Amino acid sequence: MKYFFLQATLSRSLPFGEAGGALTHILFLSTTLFFIGMYGLFTRRNMITILMAVELILNSVNINFVAFNKYLYPGKLDGIFFSIFVITIAAAEAAVAIAIIINLYRSHHSIDVEDASELKY
Amino acid sequence: MGTDFLILMKQEWMVIAIIFILMFIKIGSNEWKNERILNLVNILLLINFILGLFWNQEGTLFNEMYKTNPLIVAEKNILSLGTYIIALQAYSWLKNHQHVLEFYILLLSTLVGMFFMISAGNLLMFYLGLELSSIPLAAIANFDLEKRKSSEAAFKFIISSAFSSGLLLFGISLIYGLTGTLTFTELSQHLNGNPLEIFAFVLFIAGFGFKISAVPFHLWTADVYEGAPVSVTSYLSVISKGAVLFVFVSILYTVFKPIAITWYNILFILSVLTMIIGNLFAIRQQNLKRFLAFSSIAQVGFILVGISGASREGSASVVYFVLIYVFSNLGAFGVVGLVSALSGKENIDDYKSFYKNNPLLSWVLAISLFSLAGIPPTAGFFGKFFLLISGAGQGNYLLITIAALNMIVSLYYYLKVIKAIFMDPNDNPIEKLAIPASPKLALFICVAGIVLTGLMSYVYEYIYSLATSF
Repeated sequence: MKYFFLQATLSRSLPFGEAGGALTHILFLSTTLFFIGMYGLFTRRNMITILMAVELILNSVNINFVAFNKYLYPGKLDGIFFSIFVITIAAAEAAVAIAIIINLYRSHHSIDVEDASELKY
Repeated sequence: MGTDFLILMKQEWMVIAIIFILMFIKIGSNEWKNERILNLVNILLLINFILGLFWNQEGTLFNEMYKTNPLIVAEKNILSLGTYIIALQAYSWLKNHQHVLEFYILLLSTLVGMFFMISAGNLLMFYLGLELSSIPLAAIANFDLEKRKSSEAAFKFIISSAFSSGLLLFGISLIYGLTGTLTFTELSQHLNGNPLEIFAFVLFIAGFGFKISAVPFHLWTADVYEGAPVSVTSYLSVISKGAVLFVFVSILYTVFKPIAITWYNILFILSVLTMIIGNLFAIRQQNLKRFLAFSSIAQVGFILVGISGASREGSASVVYFVLIYVFSNLGAFGVVGLVSALSGKENIDDYKSFYKNNPLLSWVLAISLFSLAGIPPTAGFFGKFFLLISGAGQGNYLLITIAALNMIVSLYYYLKVIKAIFMDPNDNPIEKLAIPASPKLALFICVAGIVLTGLMSYVYEYIYSLATSF
């Protein structure tokens, strides 16, 4: 019940015109995903999981781009191209991050962030 | 059209050419000695800087994806100069390192990324440049592979930069949804200040805040600066931050011009917080690299005061201040890096009676710190003066008063270091250090820059003549 109320408010207040109804669901999904990623980033203690949380944030951005492109601006492909570039760069970022984590594991023998806390204040 | 992209993108092509030369050397021969490679790189970067000054044209490429004009060329030249100085300073650290070529290949890739970011005329191009300038930096923050602190710093850097670009991207995606375009010139016509736009803009500014380490987003800065090798730290604090600041100004002044009142208020809060917290934390630092990290956070606070001016003076004073900041911060980091590479000491207590055995280095450090603090004969004073004048143009004298008071607070901790160098007694001070030729040249350039940039008024006038009006 609460959800439907929220959805009705959102689709009335968002400035997206006709397509608002279907788009609202997708925006709801992507925003939720964004905040789940943010929550995971701040609460998780395992470095790989933190990395996965960041990937969630980037994927929520991809959903946004594709949805906006399909429902609001179907004539041009800006949003879809942007999401392709985001996926590519996320892969590069993950590669470098995992290389750093492997190197950190060699010296710390752990990938828990609590163990990597020499630098403080 | 045919050769347009060769001439307009001249500076990018030159850096890419240097990267390829280094790659060929890496693949071709293992016989080269480190000294020879380092000298070659320094000469190539000098040629890059000098050629960057001539034959520049104005124009746009690739359907406004890429644009260039005299101001952008000047900004790129400032970054090239800074990279040259850092390459000179890195000499004593890299001389005995195994992977010299990889270091420069990664470093110059980030420089190419920054050039593309500054020249971007489209949010996609801007994002690609930003990522190209931050991912390789994380790799070189970990360049001392066996050091525990170094890998911890690199991890913190890559996660916070990935998170910040996530925030930025979410903002960009909302802006795309609202306007349907990614081109800067079209974006500014579509924005009108509805609540979702403000939300997108807040996410956008949070992403930028991470990159320039403004206060609520500054937590990674000190850790990364302490853990990374000194040359990488100075690159992060000067070149990378300067590039993002240039883009920040141009995006705020062109794309987000319709919501200028909103971003003025946000910048007001951010700059007050940044100055106060940066200064207070700098007071209690013992490690010099950490100390310079917090001092650079406080400097960003002053720069934000200048940006909030929202006028032609604002744009000019930021570029002028970054030029001075390149000289003064690199002077300070040059001395710290040299001492750290040759004697392994980084604490302020170790610098007591530093003047006794190393008068030259002491004077360079003292002049740089005076310039960072903003004492009149040095250029730092003029830089801060123009920033505050630009901020005062908005008529908000509360902000200017807070900034002026913070300059006094910052004097305290800069003078504390100078007192340790010249006055405090110490039984076994750092012994006399033999300075190799290229770091000496770098320090000379820095001191000359600090002294001359402020006194030669036409530097500011030249930058002002290029600056974009609001």
